[in-house]
Amino acid sequence: MANFATNEFKNGLKVMVDNDPCSMIDVDMVKPGKGQAFTRVKLRNLISGRVVERTYKSGESLPGADVMDTDMQYLYNDGEFWYFMHPETFEQVGADAAAIGDQNKWLKEQDMCEVTTWNDRPIAIATPNFVELRITETDPGLKGDTAQGGIKPATLETGAVVRVPLFIEVDEMIKVDTRNGEYVGRVKS
Amino acid sequence: MAEATKPPFSQPPASNEDWRPSASPEALRLRAELLSRLRGYFAEQGVLEVETPLLASAGVTDPHIPSFTVVDTDSSQRHRYLNTSPEFAMKRLLAAGIGPIYQICKAFRRGEIGRHHNPEFTLLEWYRPGFDHHRLMRDVDSLVKVLMAGKVELGESQFITYHECFQQSLGIDPHTATAKNLRVCAQENAVPEVCGLADDERDAWLDILMSHCIQPHLGQGHLCFVYHYPESQAALARIQPGNPPVAERFELFHEGVELANGFHELQHADEQRQRFEAELVQRRAEGQEPMIIDERLLSALHSGLPDCAGVALGMDRLQMVLTKENRIKDVLAFDYLRS
Repeated sequence: MANFATNEFKNGLKVMVDNDPCSMIDVDMVKPGKGQAFTRVKLRNLISGRVVERTYKSGESLPGADVMDTDMQYLYNDGEFWYFMHPETFEQVGADAAAIGDQNKWLKEQDMCEVTTWNDRPIAIATPNFVELRITETDPGLKGDTAQGGIKPATLETGAVVRVPLFIEVDEMIKVDTRNGEYVGRVKS
Repeated sequence: MAEATKPPFSQPPASNEDWRPSASPEALRLRAELLSRLRGYFAEQGVLEVETPLLASAGVTDPHIPSFTVVDTDSSQRHRYLNTSPEFAMKRLLAAGIGPIYQICKAFRRGEIGRHHNPEFTLLEWYRPGFDHHRLMRDVDSLVKVLMAGKVELGESQFITYHECFQQSLGIDPHTATAKNLRVCAQENAVPEVCGLADDERDAWLDILMSHCIQPHLGQGHLCFVYHYPESQAALARIQPGNPPVAERFELFHEGVELANGFHELQHADEQRQRFEAELVQRRAEGQEPMIIDERLLSALHSGLPDCAGVALGMDRLQMVLTKENRIKDVLAFDYLRS
């Protein structure tokens, strides 16, 4: 991988820091009018998720990290790994629980999601911003209560629990925003 | 997800079709008003507005100030430099006996891009014959108060030495501490790990402490002038003999942002040449491009620069702190990525 000098630092650049791949999330120049220039960077460790801050003297460089984001289809979970397939090459990769994180509650077989690999090994996945999932369990719906804003919990086919309006019933498909876990709407079948 | 919604400054605009200004119409109107107020102030004070070349035949030797080089195939010199500040040309006017002068111009510094930096920015620079740095600080104070009048409530201005700043904030003496002391001090004060800085780069460690630990707290609700910098950071200021000797240099901070830098100007041509040559040696050691010494400036100093003090004030940043914008592009019609 190429090296990146401080003047090439920018948000989203993937570099190696302390042997882990990191993504730059904030870059700023610190420079007194008369004096040495520094680049101050916040980096998210793509393995641990932790954010570290570093200051680099102008002209320093960091090795790039071989990190790629690829859209892949989720196939199945064998209890240990979650398997994803590249839609064109049909190549399959297995992601462990650390890479899946809390995203498994939105993962439905056949859905597409973004798989982040480092040296071809999956290290993180991102489900789509909106997913459509079936309700497997919720209290009985209240007929005619579509205008009043009542809320109840509902369990989805993936095991996730979301808050839905009172009129939603078991077996209905709903659309959920995976970024905040909120109910967006009913899916008309 | 808050990070995803905040447009990062270091990313290019969406596309070349993004032709719109980076600043709001209000910001552009405020700029015009500030320029009009400062011209009024200097007219009242009898300070003359001047213009000097932006394309200069010599650049600056300061290793921390990178110049843009402009190719001129029609001249024998082949290339020129975009001015990084109008200082040298204005000093030649002073040596010619023009009297007190000011200039509002663009200055250019390659690679300086960030929340508070744009490679092309607007400087207000002025010189007062007969003033020392103390008197000039008072002048800067009056001008900035005129510019901010009716817009920002300012508390009483603070005048503090560089030494007092370090003592009060960090309990360390910036003149006697070793580079190692300074590095340890940075670690103790939770400065993020600094990469690529050798243990013996004393001035750079002072800069790290100043920019990370001290500066963010300076001038909160008031104007803060820091003066008497270490001799090693004199730039073009006179050295005041003493123990330790200090540079007759000051900076202005407001809301943690560096706004202005001023000097009781060095008059001595030979001492100036020695400083330029030392900078060229440093450039060579760091593998930077060599620069030509501005011999016309040195000739002007030889012929005699009046006793004077001068200061440069960043107009873009002044406007940023006035309207609490946190990115310089919010006060520029078109920032560098849209220029």
